Amino acid sequence: MTEDIDTLRRILIQTRVIAVVGLSANWWRPSFFAAKYMQDHGYRIIPVNPNYKEILGEPCYPSLEDIPKDVEVDMVDIFQRSEMTPPLAHSTVAINAKVFWLQLGVINDAAADIARQGGLEVVMNHCVKIEHGRLMGGLNLFGVSTGVISAKRPKWLVY
Amino acid sequence: MADREFGFETQCLHAGQLPDAATGARAAPIYQTTSYVFDSTDHAASLFNLQTFGNVYSRMMNPTNAMLEERLATLEGGRAGLVVGSGMAAQMVALLTLLESGDELVSASTLYGGTYSQFDYSFRRMGINTHFVDPDDPENFAKAITPATKAIYAETIGNPLNNVLDISAVAKIAHDAGVPLVIDNTFGTPYLCRPFEHGADIVVHSVTKWIGGHGSSIGGAVIESGKFPWDNGKFPGMTEPSKGYHGIRFYETFGDFGFVTKARMETLRTLGPSMSPFSAFLFLQGLETLPLRMDRHCTNTLAVARFLDDHSLVSWVKYAGLPDNPYHQLAQKYLPKGAGGVLTFGIRGGQAAGIRFIESAQFLSHLANVGDAKTLVIHPASTTHRQLNEEEQASAGVSPDMIRMSVGLETLDDILWDIEQALAKSQES
Repeated sequence: MTEDIDTLRRILIQTRVIAVVGLSANWWRPSFFAAKYMQDHGYRIIPVNPNYKEILGEPCYPSLEDIPKDVEVDMVDIFQRSEMTPPLAHSTVAINAKVFWLQLGVINDAAADIARQGGLEVVMNHCVKIEHGRLMGGLNLFGVSTGVISAKRPKWLVY
Repeated sequence: MADREFGFETQCLHAGQLPDAATGARAAPIYQTTSYVFDSTDHAASLFNLQTFGNVYSRMMNPTNAMLEERLATLEGGRAGLVVGSGMAAQMVALLTLLESGDELVSASTLYGGTYSQFDYSFRRMGINTHFVDPDDPENFAKAITPATKAIYAETIGNPLNNVLDISAVAKIAHDAGVPLVIDNTFGTPYLCRPFEHGADIVVHSVTKWIGGHGSSIGGAVIESGKFPWDNGKFPGMTEPSKGYHGIRFYETFGDFGFVTKARMETLRTLGPSMSPFSAFLFLQGLETLPLRMDRHCTNTLAVARFLDDHSLVSWVKYAGLPDNPYHQLAQKYLPKGAGGVLTFGIRGGQAAGIRFIESAQFLSHLANVGDAKTLVIHPASTTHRQLNEEEQASAGVSPDMIRMSVGLETLDDILWDIEQALAKSQES
């Protein structure tokens, strides 16, 4: 179970570096929205896309394996068609990332199993930006039902 | 540990409202501000581009209003909500987000009079045509659908006819045509009926009524289920770059809360019917006790309905909670906890007796609202519908002898006492 509130919040707090596979440089694309949001909230974004040299001020790499070895990637965030994801799961394990995150609409149980067997935590069919906004604060400002119920002062808020 | 599924009463008290981050305040703070500072020009740009969540201007968003939005969305079992300045504004914002000039709406004819006028007068002036149909046979909605139809609209419980809609049958007709079903759930409240569970796609409310329950503030809400497939080809405004918000594709970018975000950033932002944060605070207070109040509204209304049903000076009673009411079976399916807080009845002696009844009541308040904690009465033929002739009144479901009563939370025996003495005086000439 990695999709309950406590686990997702821990993942979002522990993660510092996110490799975004399939990140677009077009500002209106959801991948750009999500990556810019995460960068604005203190995460280092490592773009992975063979079509670009640089996105969001960061060098862009053609594949996960091309990311320099001295960059410690915590999370690999996948904006790709579901059927493309099993090889990416192998690559995510190979570069020693800790979390394999498949975006909203990206669903592949085989890829999830590969990542889990490699010792990774897996989140599937969720947007990293929306989950961050939901659990760390912000999404509620847009009237979205967050499912967060608590009588503790929300010291996790980031906005 | 798996997240707990909290109950309705817990959500009424907690959903959308954590202790205040800055002060620890447990009650909802009233953020009485128009605007919010930007950390930098880049932060401002991200906010305007909707690339980050945050506040810009209280015409579109406000933290107090957001608490009410999230609470209402949660209670309806929806994905996201938007609060606006009135129930009428809620319908307008929901429907003008969906329809434009040349588009058509298919609506139940049994509507609150103000809603009927909004569709029949104001929307027609904008080139949006509404086909009104008798909702008792769901097939009437199907027959009125054309390629230009963009939504179907109806009330959970019609006002003032007290007819109950077969929501799931109408939802199926809407979905077969690729359009959303918009339900006004004001008379249902999410405690008695959750239209999304029966296939509705958008719910609107006049939160002025039982949601607030205090009769102190005017407000409305739009809630989306998050399940409608906006990319079915009929809603380019949801899938194509927005002309109203510099090129954003609302469905692609915001997914299951894309409709509410479009309603907020295009329709509410440009038309401007915002809710005051102070009103939002009062509605949050109201929601805390919604389940308790609705239980009592329903038991009191049923008791009054039975009392009137047995009364020699009353010719008829319309309340779906009565077993012989034609809508009783639908009420049992859609409103199992109670058929709501409004009934209508016919008084012997027609219009003159109706006027005398209203004027003889001691504490039943004569006014044009429903859903207050106090019992409210009105004689539609001499007030809300007096500009219509008798034939027009009949087609609107209003007869000269009709009294509408929104049964409140006073001591039941006192309510029955006031009805009894006013009925007796209604027969004096």
